[in-house]
Amino acid sequence: MNDMTPIKVETTLKDWETDQEVRWCPGCGDYAILKAVQRTLPELGADPAMTVFVSGIGCSSRFPYYVESYGFHTIHGRAPAFATGIKLANPELDVWIVTGDGDGMSIGGNHTMHILRRNLDCQILLFNNEIYGLTKGQYSPTSRLGTTSPSTPGGSVDRPARPAAFALGAGARFVARGFDVSKNLPQVLKAAHAHKGAAFIEIFQNCIVYNKDVFDDFAAPKGAEAQQLWLQHDEPMLFDKGTKGLRVNTDHLHLDVVDVVDGDWQAAGVIVHDQTNRALAHMLIEMPFGPFPMALGVLYDDPRPTFEHELLGQDAKLVEGKVADLGKLLAKGQTWTVEAGGPDL
Amino acid sequence: MATVLAESNSAVSPRDSAVPEAVVVRFAGDSGDGMQLTGGQFTLSTALAGNDLATFPDFPAEIRAPQGTLFGVSAFQINFGSTDITTAGDAPDVLVAMNPAALKTNVQALKPGGLIIADTGEFTKRNLEKAKYEVSPIDDGSLAKWDVLAFDISALTMESVKPFGLSNKDALRCKNMWTLGLALWMFERDRQPLIDWLKDKFKKNPLLADANIAALNAGHAYGETAELSGPIKQVHMEPVASPPGLYRTVTGAESVSYGLVAGAQLAGLKMFFGGYPITPASAILHNLVKMKEFGVTTFQAEDEIAAICAAIGASYAGQLGVTSSSGPGIALKGEAMGLAVMTELPLVIVNSQRGGPSTGLPTKTEQSDLYQAVYGRNGDAPIPVVSCRSPGDAFDCAIEAVRIAVQFMTPVILLTDGYIANAAEPWKVPDPKNFAPFPVSFLEEKNGDVVLPYKRDAKGVRPWIKPGTPGLMHRIGGIEKGIDTGAIDYGSDVHQIQTDARKAKIDGVAKSIPAQEVSLGTSSGRLAVVGWGSTYGPILQAVRRARAKGQDVSHIHVRHIWPLPSNLGDLLKGYDKILVPEMNTGQFKTVLRDQYLVDAKPLTKTSGQPFTIAELEAAIEGELA
Repeated sequence: MNDMTPIKVETTLKDWETDQEVRWCPGCGDYAILKAVQRTLPELGADPAMTVFVSGIGCSSRFPYYVESYGFHTIHGRAPAFATGIKLANPELDVWIVTGDGDGMSIGGNHTMHILRRNLDCQILLFNNEIYGLTKGQYSPTSRLGTTSPSTPGGSVDRPARPAAFALGAGARFVARGFDVSKNLPQVLKAAHAHKGAAFIEIFQNCIVYNKDVFDDFAAPKGAEAQQLWLQHDEPMLFDKGTKGLRVNTDHLHLDVVDVVDGDWQAAGVIVHDQTNRALAHMLIEMPFGPFPMALGVLYDDPRPTFEHELLGQDAKLVEGKVADLGKLLAKGQTWTVEAGGPDL
Repeated sequence: MATVLAESNSAVSPRDSAVPEAVVVRFAGDSGDGMQLTGGQFTLSTALAGNDLATFPDFPAEIRAPQGTLFGVSAFQINFGSTDITTAGDAPDVLVAMNPAALKTNVQALKPGGLIIADTGEFTKRNLEKAKYEVSPIDDGSLAKWDVLAFDISALTMESVKPFGLSNKDALRCKNMWTLGLALWMFERDRQPLIDWLKDKFKKNPLLADANIAALNAGHAYGETAELSGPIKQVHMEPVASPPGLYRTVTGAESVSYGLVAGAQLAGLKMFFGGYPITPASAILHNLVKMKEFGVTTFQAEDEIAAICAAIGASYAGQLGVTSSSGPGIALKGEAMGLAVMTELPLVIVNSQRGGPSTGLPTKTEQSDLYQAVYGRNGDAPIPVVSCRSPGDAFDCAIEAVRIAVQFMTPVILLTDGYIANAAEPWKVPDPKNFAPFPVSFLEEKNGDVVLPYKRDAKGVRPWIKPGTPGLMHRIGGIEKGIDTGAIDYGSDVHQIQTDARKAKIDGVAKSIPAQEVSLGTSSGRLAVVGWGSTYGPILQAVRRARAKGQDVSHIHVRHIWPLPSNLGDLLKGYDKILVPEMNTGQFKTVLRDQYLVDAKPLTKTSGQPFTIAELEAAIEGELA
């Protein structure tokens, strides 16, 4: 069942492409993410027949149509609920959920919360472009304060939701971040896949039509590397070519950016990333971008038993030794017999 | 001790020397008095005595409404007898009132000359005030048209459980068993099954078991030994003439659960149930969790939407997806139902209807979700609708819903209601071997040069393809899809063709259902009374009585609400008049008018209470006048 190691299947990137014409806008970040996924799946030894991509509604949710596996394009915000039914019905399937900031944080926020706390074994890719693209550019729950859009001509006044913080708060056991054109994205995807349980990845994605380049400060193809802190378990938290690092300020319990001279990060007090440290994960996620770099990669990874394993395991124990006898079930409780030969009706 | 206060003036009360064919008893008390439990146990004793019966539990929406208040009254009515019983009875012959509020809210329903058994121990100044009585009705002659047997049941109960040293509160909680003991004596019921049940229920606290049994015995002995010259007398009721076989009692919630499990077994499928707590549908979830050895997985979702979506996900993965709710929850599921229509996946949606709109009357019954079932979705989204008429019938209907769902790759709505869900009736235990299996086959190999998930068969049904099947990878979704391939296609021709195909497929379900029969009467005539759902019982009895009076009236009960049986239109055109009684403002009437251009006349009721036979008899009389 859930504990079975799936059989590795040899495939190439081409095997994961469908005959469907991809219908995202030219230059959309979704193309890069699709390619990263299609490049990663062969490396995982994934079996197209055992792989299911489930999505809700929105630009990102067209994703399943372009992956040569089983795919279910469902309704707005509900992909986690469909995935739960799929996985409980067949725990051997490898389930990927593709969602967006509107789909997963707004209309489907409730389901995102519950799939994470239940810890269903699946990968959740949340494409965050901070805008509603498919409905032509309204601000989204992750849009920054003051975002002007067709529905907020004077600028948005509500503070944005932060997907990774939400995920951790909901009880996720795996939280990671990446961005569309990053060469590291396949690595993050692999780590998510290796994690047994709900693996949540926030992928910053450039909507070139309605919210162009809003992530350029840390995700521009060139020149933004200095603002990226790529986390590695058991490795010091260094960025900007190792010239800077993060230190825990124990007096006030927050992180500080420190300079690292001549690579001596220990002397600078830079801490080593422990991906099983939940408190640290909270600090990294809450770190304001600007004064701090953007924390990317696997922020938190500490598996716990999965929902389907617990639920179906409990069921299996409950029915152990029980025989499914329908006749007996129907005749349960106190019964009485009417003998033949009584008065006719 | 016992004081018999009113003059006996009854022609129909059970003390009558003529043995009645049926008696209606209503137990009413505070919602904390255990009236539902008392009623349930009386029902079981009655069933074991071989009487036919029907029950009507009627309780407030609050779990513990303030004690002694009018809105906190909980009642349980049972109609039982030596004849065929199809309703819980119009008016009670006997009312057991455990406090003033119970008396006030129920006494007007009592037949003239009926018997009131009241616990004077609860007729205190404070309780009378709470029930808005200025003086005790027992003393002021206002109950003169009934027989009253009023005595201090509370004190008698306390006395009987004294040896067990219970607290006052615990001692008084045995009151319902004392009362039940008296009722068992009145109708010559065996106490033993109840004693066994109490021993089992309180097996962790034998003292409470003994105290309750003592109270039960004391109530019984009271009937036997008290010198009651007044209204109370034993009634002997012969067992009903039933077909031979094994019987038990069943509630609608139980039989729906059994039927779903049986249906899944007949289809050769595992079943996935996604649910979210809602009154009165939760009982189905509670029942199904006990049936996991039949390949049932239950999932309590975070909301109604997730419950149906998870069920659709399970259907997509090759199990029988089932979800259940009541009107407000069904409304939330609407969008997902549309997806199941669009993706053509099997699914059973059970609606235990209650009074609406909005939260409406959570614990009261109504049939007002018919429009919602037949019409209530965006787009042209036809869904077959099957409706249950009684607790026993719900078993067969659930199997039928499963059959249609898997044979036509479609969601199916199964309509039941709060009355059927909670009511109990004797049920001849079906033999599973008597049901023809309808095994499902999944597509295992390509059905074209490429896999064609939307290639329809002669009935317009697409193949069911389980993820995990090698070589059949494909994508489905809620967007309009190309012919055969299922690939996204918004083309206008395509949408026309697929809309027509979805409609034709569901229309075609009519070919797989039995022709409409006349439940009672003739296939043409002056008047047809057309019903659906839980109005079956009262309509049948009313038509039976009218026909006994020589009136030309027939009863047609429709199980398949959508699509309707193919011959229904022709059948209806054979009657001069059509009367459609419904517990709504006339919804099925609209469907019949629309489908057949017939002059179907509504008879409506939305009081949260089922139709009485008398109401229907009067309406029939009116139509034929």
